[in-house]
Amino acid sequence: MTIVLKGGTVVDRSGERAADVVVEDGRIRAVGPDLASGAAGSGDRVLDCAGLLVLPGLVDIHTHLRQPGQEEAETIETGARAAALGGYTCIVAMPNTQPAIDSAGVAREVLELGQGTCCDVRTAAAITVGRAGGQLTPMAELAELGVRLFTDDGTGVQDARLMRRAMEYARDLGVTLAQHCEDAALSAGGHMNEGPVSARLGIPGVPAEAEELMVMRDIALARLTVARVHFQHLSTEGSVAMVRAAKSRGLTVTCEAAPHHFSLTDECCSSFDPVFKVNPPLRTAADRAAVGRGLTDGSIDCIATDHAPHAPETKEQPFDEAPPGMLGLQTALALALTSLELPPTELVGLLSTRPAAIVGVEAEHGGPLEAGRPANLCVVDPTAKWVVDPDRLASRSRNTPYAGMTLTGQVRHTLLRGEPVVLDGEAQR
Amino acid sequence: MKHLLGIADLTAGDIEHLLRLTDHFVEVTRRRMPKVPALQGRTVSWLFYEDSTRTRLSFEQAAKRLSADTLSFTVSSSSVRKGESLRDTALTIEAMGVDAIVVRHRSSGAPAQVARWVSASVVNAGDGWHEHPTQALLDCYTMREQLGSLDGRRVAIVGDIAHSRVARSDVLAFTRLGAEVTLVAPTTLLPPSLEGWPVRAEVDLDHVLPRVDAVYLLRMQRERMSEALVPTLREYTARWGLTRRRVELMDEKAIVMHPGPMNRGVEIAADVADLPRAVVIDQVRNGVAVRMAVLYQLLGSGQSLEVPSP
Repeated sequence: MTIVLKGGTVVDRSGERAADVVVEDGRIRAVGPDLASGAAGSGDRVLDCAGLLVLPGLVDIHTHLRQPGQEEAETIETGARAAALGGYTCIVAMPNTQPAIDSAGVAREVLELGQGTCCDVRTAAAITVGRAGGQLTPMAELAELGVRLFTDDGTGVQDARLMRRAMEYARDLGVTLAQHCEDAALSAGGHMNEGPVSARLGIPGVPAEAEELMVMRDIALARLTVARVHFQHLSTEGSVAMVRAAKSRGLTVTCEAAPHHFSLTDECCSSFDPVFKVNPPLRTAADRAAVGRGLTDGSIDCIATDHAPHAPETKEQPFDEAPPGMLGLQTALALALTSLELPPTELVGLLSTRPAAIVGVEAEHGGPLEAGRPANLCVVDPTAKWVVDPDRLASRSRNTPYAGMTLTGQVRHTLLRGEPVVLDGEAQR
Repeated sequence: MKHLLGIADLTAGDIEHLLRLTDHFVEVTRRRMPKVPALQGRTVSWLFYEDSTRTRLSFEQAAKRLSADTLSFTVSSSSVRKGESLRDTALTIEAMGVDAIVVRHRSSGAPAQVARWVSASVVNAGDGWHEHPTQALLDCYTMREQLGSLDGRRVAIVGDIAHSRVARSDVLAFTRLGAEVTLVAPTTLLPPSLEGWPVRAEVDLDHVLPRVDAVYLLRMQRERMSEALVPTLREYTARWGLTRRRVELMDEKAIVMHPGPMNRGVEIAADVADLPRAVVIDQVRNGVAVRMAVLYQLLGSGQSLEVPSP
């Protein structure tokens, strides 16, 4: 089948241009002006993209799919559907499943379950067995299965010596270690950002320094080992400044920020609604601004959702008993369009091209949009307004912090390897 | 007023109104038959997730003196330990037909969550480190009874402010009624930030005591030792305990308050607790009338300040 994306604005890292895109056999056959009339045969499908942006499919390198183990919260199938509806064509599953993705067997299962879904599902694997911080996982065996990112996400690797060894071993394999930066001793017992709001609410806090201590430590270890280290979901002004400085010294560090850290603050917790509980926690307005600046000036490499579904009843508990995490896949692009004052070509870098490079899927995802490339695309209406309704999201869970909010920017179509997996905002699989 | 979730939601006028209402109920409790039919046919349920004999007895006495029926739901005898969500528990209780739910929970914010889910009135009987509004109201009432007014009065709150819902509610209530509040504690026992708190913080109790009209001592819990917040209870008592020597530093009319239960020999010396200026028992007594006022305000006609005749 040939699909023609007609009359849209094609955006990739090289810029924006008015062009049609012809997709055939899973690949882009041509990109250029006025291809629609010439190319359109009788069996072709023409999608009118007037007023819309045609982007490389988005890439989320931080997705909790909950399978195996917590299928009541999300499955790989439902998570992939939510991803496609959010414009993503590739997602990387986090390994904090039950059991953890710490062996070839579990990794293979996740990859198999990802086949035939709405999205190209890749997986990260744990750095340590059971994410227990003790023994390294069989990283070489996992790398052979295509794992490019290793992380104990949910907790940081506390032992500096173990982290050093993991970095050295990972360097030989050409894979990247992703760290959830949190000094567990300093954060112990905390449930939200420590500061004036936590003091007022009487909720035990997590100081910014709990994150910053580990960022500082791992920058030092990256210098020692010359390994590739990626910092997950940076949330504080201090963390962003340290990574910016480390990059200027030429260290091989990258980092991501989550949409909630550039769109929300700890004031949200005043309602005591655990839907606003997340780890790292929502921080201050100054931190939110610093994350936004980091995304704008390139200190932060990419946006990653940290999509973290939790079954509704687990969020109907008191704030300190509820698990941390919030949905993100279907709202990330709109929040980036709404909250960050960046041209579309920069957003493509943050949401697609750079995350694709970090997890090594740049041959298939992240653009550029040119003839011969795999047709992983999303088509976005950048001005459409929509109200977030938790019941209408594709996730099995409902824990979006944006319920009732009006966002600007809506995904219209998503093409995965040339196949329309989302058409007019409706999932096709 | 639909719920009483915290002093933070109340204006000075709201507090004054509840204290005036309390005056009426103090009069009721002094009668030979200290009971009125004000809440006859109304049902008040306790939802207590934390042991609290005194607060619960006080609410129970208040409800009975208003002729309300009561139901009791406590965690030890419930399905909560079986994993029922807070929401399901709240909806279950409401379905049995209650007009008010009095919630005590170890987690900050639990009463506010319950209030979002049910249509009954919710009273916060203490949540985590957050608020304990009826305690603050009875403290205000007692202080007013002893000192005439809170306006311009100087109050020192001493001890574990960080982990105290009583301190959070008292700071809000005392300052709203015009008192000047000084917190006295080591930094380890202060909240991580006092930004926006209308208070001063001091470390040296001896320095503060001569200037205050009331000193409010907080309970010092033993488990704070294991969290490296103070080295030993002995050192705490030496620096922040209200000893006989320290009482001598106070104005002779200044009063000593404590929310109970007291750790005699820790935050308050045994002989200080028994001085006439220690009004701890008055606080407990006033607690019943204050809680009658709160329940009446939420469940009574809500219009009239007049207490129905017995």
